[in-house]
Amino acid sequence: MNRRAYDGAVLTAPVTIPYQRYSQETAHWWIARGLRAVLDRAGMSPRELDGFSVSSFSLFPDTPVGLTQHLGLTIRYLDTIPMGGASGVAAARRAARAVQAGDVDVVACVAGDANRIDSFRRLLSSFSRFSMDAVYPYGYGGPNANFALLTDAYMAEYGATREDFGRIAVAQRDNALRYPHALMKKPLTMEQYLAARPVADPVALFDCVMPCAGAEAFLVMREDEAERRGLAFARLDGTIERHNAFPDDPIQLRGGWAMDVDELYAMADCGPDDIDLLQTYDDYPVISMMQMEDLGFCAKGEGPAFVRAHDLTVTGDFPHNTSGGQLSVGQAGAAGGYLGLVEALRQVTGEAGPTQVEGAGRALVSGFGMINYDRGVCSAAAIISGVTS
Amino acid sequence: MSTPLEAPKKKDPQKRSTVPTLPPLGRSRAALGLTVAAAEGRFALQHCAECGTVQYPPRDACGHCLSCDLVWRDTETGGVVIAETRIHASPDPYFRERLPWRMGTVKLDAGPIALAHLHGDVARGDRVRLALHLDKAAQGVIVALPVERTDAMEDDPLMRSLTAHPRHRRVLITDARAPVTLPLIQALQKAGAAHVFVGEAESWRRWPGRDAIAALENVSIMPLDVTDADSLQSLAGEIGGKTDILVNTARFVRPGGVLGSDTVFARDEMEVNVLGLMRLAQAFGPSMAARTADGANSAAAFVNILSAHALSPDPAFGAFAASQAAARSLSQTLRAEFHQSGLRMMNVYVGPIDDEWHQPLPPPKVAPQALARSIVEGLVEGREEVFCGDVARDLAERWRHDPGILERELTGGGA
Repeated sequence: MNRRAYDGAVLTAPVTIPYQRYSQETAHWWIARGLRAVLDRAGMSPRELDGFSVSSFSLFPDTPVGLTQHLGLTIRYLDTIPMGGASGVAAARRAARAVQAGDVDVVACVAGDANRIDSFRRLLSSFSRFSMDAVYPYGYGGPNANFALLTDAYMAEYGATREDFGRIAVAQRDNALRYPHALMKKPLTMEQYLAARPVADPVALFDCVMPCAGAEAFLVMREDEAERRGLAFARLDGTIERHNAFPDDPIQLRGGWAMDVDELYAMADCGPDDIDLLQTYDDYPVISMMQMEDLGFCAKGEGPAFVRAHDLTVTGDFPHNTSGGQLSVGQAGAAGGYLGLVEALRQVTGEAGPTQVEGAGRALVSGFGMINYDRGVCSAAAIISGVTS
Repeated sequence: MSTPLEAPKKKDPQKRSTVPTLPPLGRSRAALGLTVAAAEGRFALQHCAECGTVQYPPRDACGHCLSCDLVWRDTETGGVVIAETRIHASPDPYFRERLPWRMGTVKLDAGPIALAHLHGDVARGDRVRLALHLDKAAQGVIVALPVERTDAMEDDPLMRSLTAHPRHRRVLITDARAPVTLPLIQALQKAGAAHVFVGEAESWRRWPGRDAIAALENVSIMPLDVTDADSLQSLAGEIGGKTDILVNTARFVRPGGVLGSDTVFARDEMEVNVLGLMRLAQAFGPSMAARTADGANSAAAFVNILSAHALSPDPAFGAFAASQAAARSLSQTLRAEFHQSGLRMMNVYVGPIDDEWHQPLPPPKVAPQALARSIVEGLVEGREEVFCGDVARDLAERWRHDPGILERELTGGGA
């Protein structure tokens, strides 16, 4: 069955609250700032808002239900997306359907997390039951160790080298130097990348994201509403979402995108060649490389050759993670799952400023989330195209 | 091959002993099945009773057919390492002290994928033998081992952390007169024990066999009476700081049921077998528990020998069986207390021993040499529940299956 289009519902008002490495502020504080900023952009008061979608790891003991009272919101649509790196796309596609169906007028999608000293370690220690039973007791390397295993298997299977992953990290740092909110401000050379201290072989320091605090947000509303408010917006041309794909693969060398990619392009009525920029979920470079393959930019196993053949910077022939991605901007918890989508919204609406890709009309954003045990469980992707007023 | 472990140098008394830390302790209820199997040295995983799918990590419903009928069963141990890493950074204090730490992804022949500790002699692409071991937090963990024995494989730092191997360790055996003591000294020395202290009660009383023990090298006979707290405290003051493994062989046993027996014997059984264990633990437990991270000759295990009838009594030894049940209960509390330090509480369950007090009983009876072998094997493998001999194994099996039926069988029912 053909998927119904998201006609009439649009994404708008992308907002980033600048990240901080450590902050004493709570998730509530970061989410409030994201919400306030996104409403300000649309010229809306909190009283006018009737929909709210939240992603956060550090709200405990609250849930988004508690946030409605804490933030004084009287709303008729409340969603919580606990999908880590897949949260942004998942929040957008759910909100768009609800707006399209008339269940809600405007949904503020917000992701934000706190990062106090030691809070990352404590977040890890209660991440999932399978992790508690079958991962932590084995060296407690955190996600670094999980992704080291995936990277090790990928390198062995497809002949990728550390330098191939380095190309992704180095290009993203180049992009990040243009992006004012990136936590990483210094250039990164390939020599530095290769000489970095090992974290969990073959993963080294510059393969890892830096946990931090921050928030990202955008609004979903009817197209006529966006026009009435004079907002540039993006249409949601196609989306996919998949959880626990390929459970029989002994190790993750592909993600759920590979299951659904044809549907994604069919729904958006375009192909990989029509994409002007790609935002992958880059908790580690190997996952970005997997997304390039699984989303059809090259065949499986050709990721290394693909990154050797392309310039991944803002001004290159294949602009990728144009704000620097999490590798260079930082990973603000669940906001990491919004970073690519928010940057893509800025790009296709011509609001990206220093990172603006020339002629960026259509972007592909993909998300990847939640190492429940030995692999990332959630995958999602969206193709968006901009309409500037 | 692993690097053979060198004998540790004499300890600098001015240096602070490393404070023991533990690897992550939390587990779901389902995962405790791994710990139970590891304590007994079995490799057991959950099997779906309906579709047969083998499950890992442990769970509450079958990942294939959603049946909630999951049963722990011994499982084939083969697998292949499909990815490996060497972790150089960890926020966990236990692993931070032991970096770099190797682990890997193993595809089990039985089906599931397991993240596992890697023995130093295995790498990506290797076929491995999987085993469950208790880690320092006394939780079951999966270890990928070489299929064939490799040189000094038990000296791999990972294995040292998962076992109570006697090599380079100093052992206290509490009762020199017990028939098991001499073969146990020999088995421990063969396994590389550095020194064996042997306790002797009422040293003014002559007994055969003393000369044979006294003549052994690296063995010291020390005054020790488990019924005398003062003697224990004074001995602990002398050797408590260098007792790495303690094996309690003290035992008082008299045949007889309850109605016709003398409570004086029953009192002695309680004094030696129950309160003796408690006094020993009070005298030696705290100093051992403080030394579980003290290098190659760190404190590793407190071993208690129990009659298998601790599980269900033999009416011919009624009061003795009661003392064994009480001692088992005490050992379980001690185990909980020791686990906070990483010290292991090993119970060795044994059937009738071939000694004077079981002389009229028919075979099978356990030879003292066989009991000694079981104790050393339990230490080498790092177990906490060891069943020595056919009688003990059979009794434990029946007890696990149905304690009620076992009681009736032992007390005269069933043909």
